[in-house]
Amino acid sequence: MSYVSAAMQGRPRKAEQLLSLRGISKRFGAVRALNNVDLDVYAGEVVAIVGDNGAGKSTLVKILAGVHPPDEGTVSFAGVPTSIPTPTDSRDLGIATVYQDLSLCDNLDVVSNLFLGRELRKGGALDEVEMEQRSWTLLRELSARIPSVRVPVASLSGGQRQTVAIARSLIGEPTVMILDEPTAALGVVQTAEVLNLIERLRERGLGVILISHNIADVQAVADRIIVLRLGRNNGDFRVADVTSEMIIAAITGASDHGTSPSDLLREARR
Amino acid sequence: MIADSAKSAAIDPADERPVPAAGGIGGTARALIERLRGGDLGSIPVAIGLLVIWAVFQLLNPNFLSSTNLVNLSMQSAAVGTIAIGIVLVLLLGEIDLSVGSVSGLSAAILAVGYVQLGLPLPIVLVASLVTGALIGLAFGLLRTRFGVPSFLITLAGLLSVLGLQLYVLGKTGSINIPFDSWIVQLGQQWFLPPWTSYSLVGVAVGVFGGTQYVQSARRKQAGLPATSVSLIVFRAAALLALLGVSTWYLNLTRGVGVMFALFLLLAVLTHYALTRTGWGRAVYAVGGNVEAARRAGIRVNRVYISVFMLCSMFAALGGILAAARLAAANQGSGGADTNLNAIAAAVIGGTSLFGGRGSAFSAVLGILVIMSITSGLTLINPDSSIRYIVTGVVLMLAVVIDSLARRSRAASGRA
Repeated sequence: MSYVSAAMQGRPRKAEQLLSLRGISKRFGAVRALNNVDLDVYAGEVVAIVGDNGAGKSTLVKILAGVHPPDEGTVSFAGVPTSIPTPTDSRDLGIATVYQDLSLCDNLDVVSNLFLGRELRKGGALDEVEMEQRSWTLLRELSARIPSVRVPVASLSGGQRQTVAIARSLIGEPTVMILDEPTAALGVVQTAEVLNLIERLRERGLGVILISHNIADVQAVADRIIVLRLGRNNGDFRVADVTSEMIIAAITGASDHGTSPSDLLREARR
Repeated sequence: MIADSAKSAAIDPADERPVPAAGGIGGTARALIERLRGGDLGSIPVAIGLLVIWAVFQLLNPNFLSSTNLVNLSMQSAAVGTIAIGIVLVLLLGEIDLSVGSVSGLSAAILAVGYVQLGLPLPIVLVASLVTGALIGLAFGLLRTRFGVPSFLITLAGLLSVLGLQLYVLGKTGSINIPFDSWIVQLGQQWFLPPWTSYSLVGVAVGVFGGTQYVQSARRKQAGLPATSVSLIVFRAAALLALLGVSTWYLNLTRGVGVMFALFLLLAVLTHYALTRTGWGRAVYAVGGNVEAARRAGIRVNRVYISVFMLCSMFAALGGILAAARLAAANQGSGGADTNLNAIAAAVIGGTSLFGGRGSAFSAVLGILVIMSITSGLTLINPDSSIRYIVTGVVLMLAVVIDSLARRSRAASGRA
């Protein structure tokens, strides 16, 4: 990849590029959900994708999660061009998606939820001891605040449930994690807990894609902010360089950052 | 910044809030009370209810708690109880099977026609009955998963079709007696465990229970996890020994523990094991709790549905065989009347939620004991069946109300 985004220039460390999307477009009938969108994710980096309703955030996530294939554009994973036709392919690539509804079974305890669908077995029966031990290890690594791993998930707070959902996707040892509105329904303390957790993920060297409406949250944890507007890139900022006013201006369209170098390149080729 | 202040708090290792008391008898009692307050009632209401029912009937008729009557009660419970185990499975998925009565009737018909009229060997006929049950369940499962029709409607249609099949198999005869000297009828009416066998089985059960608990606890201790204390394990094992020992002793005063009843209990234990200790059981609870989450976790949801419907119909078929064995006959009324409703009511009364994801195989045992106690008690007082239906209906209604209230209180305390 010769293209280096504006935000990446002058980056102090040489991070490994995990995910690279170029010129992604997606149509639903007459609606252009995504139009020529670029996205890069590096290891140990939190990329926030922000935008108004209908900006194409969810569609972009679903393309990465393997729910929708893109109509146009290329996806590269660790520099290798690839395609993500199904959710299983996404998971096999090492992309973990935590949906907004968390997909937890309320009637099961934390351990059962963490290992759901990939239970550890010993002689044919479930190995509860090993699973519980690993659950504690994982939750401690994440500095998660969970009172007990043997209570039904329903009795946990919103932040704790989010933590369980994120911890669960870590069990598959992904390299990229997508978090869809992780703080949308949370209170102040719980939001702080989840933001903390996102920093833990970055420390573990994961590339984190954070979808959010909340500019304050995004500024608190993200390294880079990608703004989408009406299905197009409308800005790629380093957090240190921008104010929330600038981000909001880009979201609402008061400022235009839409022409990225790759756009110019493509225009020039025509 | 918010995140920074919270980070320092979260990193604090002392922040890990204490695990609710896992050790000691007192701690367990406190945890139990806490659970009950939260609406996680489990089998408590039905156990209390059973004691109340027994006390009332014993006051009304001193023969009710006699050993003879309790032996009869246990033998009557086995057939419908076996069907109720299958109902527990479908209820755990949040589904229902209304056809179990018809399936049990069909299975009884196949047994009688195959064994008596066609003269086939008994094992082959029994296998044929069970396979028929499995095929019916497979059909329900496929209809449920392929077309997404609610199981209520599929099995309602199944009830009618299978009933028709039962009448067809029986043909013009209508009623077929099974010879008394065949072992299947002996099983249903005459076979009781010799006292020493029954006591050794109690010993084995308590030993296995205590042993697995101890091994589990030792492994947890080794792994640095909170473990059940030895005193609590001994207490639990002693309680189980007392319960099983006294019941066995009391039944042994007259005819003893029926082989058929022991078989029913064994099936409940095996189902409990499958539900709590295997990946399949975990998948059943997960699908009952949140289908979409289960699907996203990679569980093959359709297979879970199909396997559960098949098991339910097979339990129904086995229940039909046991009922025919006890009656020594199969007729057009086999599996009819209240078989269906008693089986479903037993599962619900025993504490399995109608809303899916909550319940245990043992609720079939407790529930069927409640229903058969009411039946038996009212028959002793007044042989008219009208009151029996009314009372059973009221008890079922009570159980459903308790289930709904518990659900509401779980929601209120954040355990929904």
